[in-house]
Amino acid sequence: MTEPMVRIRGLTKRYGGREVLRGIDLDVPTGSVMCIIGPSGSGKSTLLSCINHLERIDGGKVWVGGELVGYREHKGRLYELPERHVARMRQRVGMVFQHFNLFPHMTALRNIMEAPMRVRRVPAAEARQRAMGLLERVGLASRHAQFPAQLSGGEQQRVAIARALAMDPQLMLFDEPTSALDPELVGEVLAVMKDLARSGMTMVVVTHELAFAREVGDALTFMDEGMVVERGHPRAVLTAPQEQRTREFLSRVL
Amino acid sequence: MNGNAVSTLTDPLPPAERVVPLRHPWTWVASAFALMVAAGVFTSVATNPAFQWPVVAQYMLDEQILGGLARTLELTLAAMAMGLVLGTALAVMRLSRNLLLSTISWLYIWFFRSVPVLVQLIFWYNFGALYPKIMLRIPFGPVLYSASTNAVITPLTAALAGLGLAQAAYTAEVVRAGIVSVPRGQTRAAMALGMRPATIFVRIIFPQAMRVIIPPVGNEVISMVKSTSLVSVIALAELLYTAQLIYARTYETIPLLIVASLWYLIIVSILSVGQHFLERYYRHHT
Repeated sequence: MTEPMVRIRGLTKRYGGREVLRGIDLDVPTGSVMCIIGPSGSGKSTLLSCINHLERIDGGKVWVGGELVGYREHKGRLYELPERHVARMRQRVGMVFQHFNLFPHMTALRNIMEAPMRVRRVPAAEARQRAMGLLERVGLASRHAQFPAQLSGGEQQRVAIARALAMDPQLMLFDEPTSALDPELVGEVLAVMKDLARSGMTMVVVTHELAFAREVGDALTFMDEGMVVERGHPRAVLTAPQEQRTREFLSRVL
Repeated sequence: MNGNAVSTLTDPLPPAERVVPLRHPWTWVASAFALMVAAGVFTSVATNPAFQWPVVAQYMLDEQILGGLARTLELTLAAMAMGLVLGTALAVMRLSRNLLLSTISWLYIWFFRSVPVLVQLIFWYNFGALYPKIMLRIPFGPVLYSASTNAVITPLTAALAGLGLAQAAYTAEVVRAGIVSVPRGQTRAAMALGMRPATIFVRIIFPQAMRVIIPPVGNEVISMVKSTSLVSVIALAELLYTAQLIYARTYETIPLLIVASLWYLIIVSILSVGQHFLERYYRHHT
């Protein structure tokens, strides 16, 4: 069997004394879409931030593309890697945030060009051309000169997806990408994500959009109180949940 | 953002009756009084021969005065530059997770904001009494540089040290507030793109912090123009001290003070216009 894109074993994470992740095991095969659902405070977003080491982990291990994240293993000990090594790893992992986090002082185009130019040293003309291509892909070519504040929430999130794709990631992490959007704008963002999934991108999506999980997801994980409660094929988990807690959650949100 | 309320009303509106705004008679009375006072002051200033306006006119473009003016501008520029660079470094230290760095920065800010700038200036000017010789040497190693303190600490370096070091303490607080005002999500987004900490600071955090930093720093520049006049106590020939040198000779005290004041007014006016445009530039897109 081939190495999964993401492999997580025994992951724990504490904030102060509170354990927010309590021994997570998770595999995301290359080219698949993993959706993670669960009540707020269940640790889903924290789990996502541990995959690209935006959060330091307290125990367990995370591998992306077969490479240990954030640490170097030597003689049975884990040594924390310097920030520049971690930064290199993060180039391969795109992330999309609930509140978009576009750079407000740059145009849509500039937002997308920035990382390739500053991190990869791509020449400006080439970065611009690629950025325009990506804007076209998310249907926003005509909006390239706008600043984030001049775009709707849905447009901002599509630019944010294009920005992440500009680094040619092997893996995309989505942290509740539609939760901050007005209901009528959710569809356009999900459409871009569906398109991305169809193109074979490996994706981990923390979401409340159960319909999206059912339609696009290859696997579904239900988390509660820092643990994986149930996992399986989306249709199976959503229509015939095995665990009591999953049933309770689904009855509340459906 | 999406306020496209389309009016479906087709009935013609009834002809509105003329709206009579509320009158404010007392505002007019107060205005007239203020105008009278202003006119009185102006007439008195313009006609009192003791102001010696012809002398003011004579010295406005005097070579010595212009030299002092240039020195004032130099000092303002140099002290502000020093304050900004050192202040930014102090702000970054203050925000460091390292307790030692943040404490040192805190102590610096506490000290240099607490001691009056005038005292600091005189202190630096007399630094030679404290350390007659200044040396740069590798600990337990050879001396790289050595000089008499009085040769190094000229009135100019003492002025720069006094004004610049104190300014750094104020600027540090302003820069820190600016950095803190940038949402955490910006750093996370930049990190997720693989940017290194230095790139994130220079390209993402600092430009956004500028919006918060510019207005107070603009005020500090204006205040610095006037603070440079404190340097007259250590006999550095900036604008005020130059005026003092002249009137010590000619006894035309009032006209020369007016010359200095007029120049301060002119500089501050120009700076205020500049500040206005700079603020507009940084407010534009965010």
